[in-house]
Amino acid sequence: MIVKTAVITGFGINADRELEKAFSLVGSAAERIHIQDFIESTAKIHNYHILAFPGGFSFGDHFGSGIVFANLFKKNLKTELEKFINSGKLIIGICSGFQVLVKMGVLPNFKGDWTPEVSLIHNNTGIFENSWLRVSFNKQTKCVWTKGLDEMDIPIRHGEGCFVTLSDTILDKIEKENLVALKYSDRNPNGSINNIAGITDNTGRIFGLMPHPEAFMYPENHPRWTSEKIPEGEGIKIFKNGVNYIKENFSN
Amino acid sequence: MRTEVFYKNPQLDGRAKKLLKHLKHSVSSSISNIKIVDIYIANGIDRLSSDMAEKLFSDPVAQKAITQKPAALENELAGWRYLIEITYKPGVTNPVVVTSKNTIEVAIGEKVPEDAIIQIATQYLIESPSLEKNLVKKMKKIFFNPLIQQQEFREGSPEELKKNPLPDVYPHKVVKSDVIIEKIPIQQMEEKELQEMSEKKLLALTLDEMNTIKKYFSNKDTEKIRVEAGIGKEATDAELEMIAQTWSEHCKHKIFQSTIEYKDNETGKTETIKSVFSSYIKQATKDLSEKRPFLKSVFHDNSGVIDFDEENLVCFKVETHNSPSALDPYGGAITGVLGVNRDIMGTGKGARPFFNTNVLCFGELETPESEIPEGLLHPRTVMNGVHLGVIDGGNQSGIPTVAGALLFDDSFTGKPLVFCGTGGILPREIGGEGSWIKHIDAGDLAVMAGGRIGKDGIHGATFSSKALEDDAPASAVQIGDPITQKIMLDFLLEARDAELYKGITDNGAGGLSSSLGEMAEYSGGVRIDLHKCPLKYLGLAPWEILVSESQERMSLAVSPEKINAFLELANKRGVEATVVGEFTNSGFVDIRYGNERAGLLSMDFLHRGNPEMKLKAEWNRPNSPDVTLPELDCNTMLKNLLNESNIASKEPFVRQYDHEVGGISVVKPFTGKESDAPSDGAVVRPVLNSKRGITVTHGICPRYGDRDTYNMAACAVDEAFRAHIAQGGNPEYAAILDNFCWPDPIESEATPDGKYKLAQLVRACKGLYDAAMGYMLPLISGKDSMKNDAKIGGKKVSVRPTLLISLMGIIDNFEKAVTTDFKNDGDLIYIIGNTNGELGGTFIEKLLKQNLGKAPLPEIENAFKLYKKLYKAISEGLIKSCHDISDGGIAVALAESCLGGRLGADVSIDAFPLKDKNMETARILFCETPSRFIVTINAENAKKFEDIMSDDCVKKIGNTTKIPVLKIAKNRNYVIEMPISEIDKAWKREDFR
Repeated sequence: MIVKTAVITGFGINADRELEKAFSLVGSAAERIHIQDFIESTAKIHNYHILAFPGGFSFGDHFGSGIVFANLFKKNLKTELEKFINSGKLIIGICSGFQVLVKMGVLPNFKGDWTPEVSLIHNNTGIFENSWLRVSFNKQTKCVWTKGLDEMDIPIRHGEGCFVTLSDTILDKIEKENLVALKYSDRNPNGSINNIAGITDNTGRIFGLMPHPEAFMYPENHPRWTSEKIPEGEGIKIFKNGVNYIKENFSN
Repeated sequence: MRTEVFYKNPQLDGRAKKLLKHLKHSVSSSISNIKIVDIYIANGIDRLSSDMAEKLFSDPVAQKAITQKPAALENELAGWRYLIEITYKPGVTNPVVVTSKNTIEVAIGEKVPEDAIIQIATQYLIESPSLEKNLVKKMKKIFFNPLIQQQEFREGSPEELKKNPLPDVYPHKVVKSDVIIEKIPIQQMEEKELQEMSEKKLLALTLDEMNTIKKYFSNKDTEKIRVEAGIGKEATDAELEMIAQTWSEHCKHKIFQSTIEYKDNETGKTETIKSVFSSYIKQATKDLSEKRPFLKSVFHDNSGVIDFDEENLVCFKVETHNSPSALDPYGGAITGVLGVNRDIMGTGKGARPFFNTNVLCFGELETPESEIPEGLLHPRTVMNGVHLGVIDGGNQSGIPTVAGALLFDDSFTGKPLVFCGTGGILPREIGGEGSWIKHIDAGDLAVMAGGRIGKDGIHGATFSSKALEDDAPASAVQIGDPITQKIMLDFLLEARDAELYKGITDNGAGGLSSSLGEMAEYSGGVRIDLHKCPLKYLGLAPWEILVSESQERMSLAVSPEKINAFLELANKRGVEATVVGEFTNSGFVDIRYGNERAGLLSMDFLHRGNPEMKLKAEWNRPNSPDVTLPELDCNTMLKNLLNESNIASKEPFVRQYDHEVGGISVVKPFTGKESDAPSDGAVVRPVLNSKRGITVTHGICPRYGDRDTYNMAACAVDEAFRAHIAQGGNPEYAAILDNFCWPDPIESEATPDGKYKLAQLVRACKGLYDAAMGYMLPLISGKDSMKNDAKIGGKKVSVRPTLLISLMGIIDNFEKAVTTDFKNDGDLIYIIGNTNGELGGTFIEKLLKQNLGKAPLPEIENAFKLYKKLYKAISEGLIKSCHDISDGGIAVALAESCLGGRLGADVSIDAFPLKDKNMETARILFCETPSRFIVTINAENAKKFEDIMSDDCVKKIGNTTKIPVLKIAKNRNYVIEMPISEIDKAWKREDFR
């Protein structure tokens, strides 16, 4: 079967080309779709198995990264997106895409009414940073995207990636219910509580993370490829998981 | 209505933490805390309820928003002593306002009324004991730039705020101009009047040029045509402004085009050079064009274009944005970045920008405030602003910043040098025609797309063609909006691939007058309908609309059949596009405002009518005898060099640039075990599924010019080329760009030494030509900025004549790319290239503060042979690490490679390839002879490697060691013994963190 992925773009999203490439490398028919085209015909999102929200600076991240894009998407596509989610399909949000998901309220969405319960705020360093670091994945998580993953080198590129929750209760729920998919393992670059780098919802099908797996598509993306043996671009394992899940659970 | 937003827990605000660190460092350590409140002012939008606004502008999880009373009175924010609130002046476009408008319209489901007022302010609440006057002044300076901002200041307690509340709305009205077309009887004007007018109108035109214009308008045929056309004999203000823009040094490069009488007192010869641009820069490319068939489009377009592979071409352009960055460092830098991005989008039928570079030159950071002339910003303030501008410009556009440099030199205190570069990629063919060809026919519509026109940057081009003086116009500064531009570029690429337009160029210096004026050259004329141009606000005179440099705009040629499809797509993508005229073959630029005639200029006169300048240059070689070095401790000198601001690690700055977006990065700015050692340049992969890569490198060495700019230019070319080679680049496949930043080289009262400065320019061009020819490196594009002087309070500060060489080259298979870090212990270390011992203009000279003789000069013929051999060795996979030897010489290069691999090295000077065995040890270790490398290879490859290199100037000097210490011996005594930990400490400056 053909796994169709829509990489959502427009209004300042900028990591869409490589995300499209990453999905195509793992055998998905991926295409970049301008959000305006979805707003024009909202049912169009059901033509796809996977919705991917890439990184970037939608609307300049003014008054909070992802907020404006989230409002725009929520206002126009909430009903269709709920249908999309309920049909068992997948959503991934990377960096700014993660910010969009949490600000729309679809992640983690405990109350089920899209009330924002967590957020990603300015790094505690106050600066944007582009570095590679190490993350470890939570073996107990139900996140379908990180299945079988243990540890990984991966780049971060953000100024607003400090993970915070509305309350300690919500933090406890996220930890206890194993919604934490990955944590920063060698250092915490932004002050995220409990070193949280990415979370999923209780279906395990909606996944957001700050690091950029699509920027580790090839061995040569790795900062030490000239001195260490890097067998493959490990980042795409995440996308492979997503595509395989669709293959296993959908006939077309 | 003021919506005030702040963090529920202010301690979580990372921005505030960073700011506090800065305040403690540069104002007073007694400042204990700072809290930030974001203010959103929205008036005249009935449907926007306060409840709605609070939701729109805040993050409900982490932030609190209030509209009823000042946040500064809330408990969370209590404890402040100083309150500073900053907003932009009327007419300065703020991207956040653009987004706010956007988001309000989404929320209320309709357009906001035209007369609505939206303003953004930032409030800083500073907790500290009462500070002395001068400290408060200093603190204000950090937040507030009077040129573009307005401020409110409160001292003391919340009571103060109740007595004296903050404004509900800030002044927002832009001074309106009379919307009239001024007629100027130029025919009747005396020379004195002509000069006064050029001054008064900031035309920056010489008397000679004013006379030429007078002559044009006095011409009987011209008068006849004008009378028949109904515009009348007299010149209009729009026409004079358009001529001034087109003829400005910034656009016309008059000095590079001038005829120079060059007197060389060394040889006693005098020669007449008809345009250094044609004679040297263009000439080199011409002479090389047969042997370098990959050239596609050079010099005439917005960037230089070369072949990449069967399907794609790549292009490269580097611009400077010095004057604006001196006045408003942030705005100047960000508009510089966005401007050069548009140059790429405006190349041929439009290329996609895929990497940025930047080379930034500032005054010495240690300069005491007291030595900064009134009216100039401190180098650190300039650096902070420019750095942030480069961060936002690149990161928010989603274009990776892959290479660059930071330089510090006292001569950059007057004007910083801000070089912004962008590389682009475009398909070979668009619409069945070469993509690099612009195609514009009479009858095509002239379309403006992107932002609206305001008074922003009026006279930018003419202003940058003058020395920076006290009376710099505020309108010369503006803030860039990366998102508006990103949205526009996305749309244009879509339109390009749908073949909806035929020609495109960017609106930069000179605005529409330049963009449409240049495009009209393809069809033979243009009619510009100024009244159709979308404006930010009312009250722009026709001439202002014509020359405004409002950002984020492109000009296009669209055929009438496609105009509807083009405008529809624009509208769908949220981009404003407007037909503002029509291309013709009338031979004239015909400017209209409604039914009025605002101008009628012959294309030929406009583009080729300017009088040629005749200038004099005279070369006397500065006296610089070679001297013997004093005895000095090489260990200490190495430490000081590693710590020298130009050589020291720039990682803390560079990490704030996104250098990986696009997934194209192959060799990153920093490399090695801890990713903290310097790379020689960048390697990127423009086409993700191809192994063919691009190298991006720079060469710049202004200090050598103190002795001879010929050496400076030749060394800059060598530095860029050798970095390309060091990474594994193909020696037969690279092209370079030249960017000259000079002090005014025209002799005058203000510039008594003009003849020498012009001779320096001539010699730099000769050096550039010889090096380009020697290495067979075609020049494909360039730019010059010739008035880098600041005259403030009578004091004149001029930059060192500076030539930046930027290189774009091919690496056939980037899997062969090599990095600078040592890889394994026990590897053999070789030096490639003789050490000649020149110290003139080197960094050891800078540290010893004494004149140390001749400047370095490459021996190009031999060097090129070596480069080709090294390329072969790299291609055969023999080279494990390669680092070019440049600033600070051999010892610094070794130290950097050790740091990268976290490995030691044990080498012996006695084995070094030296020109003269009797050189002082320090001279050997720290001189900056070009064309040298340090490479490591696996012991078993020694013979293979030596056979390939087969040259006396390639010598094995020792090996890498597990013990992490750099050891350099002479006659079995160690002259340098430095543990990696000390190298690390010296090389990473505290004040850069």
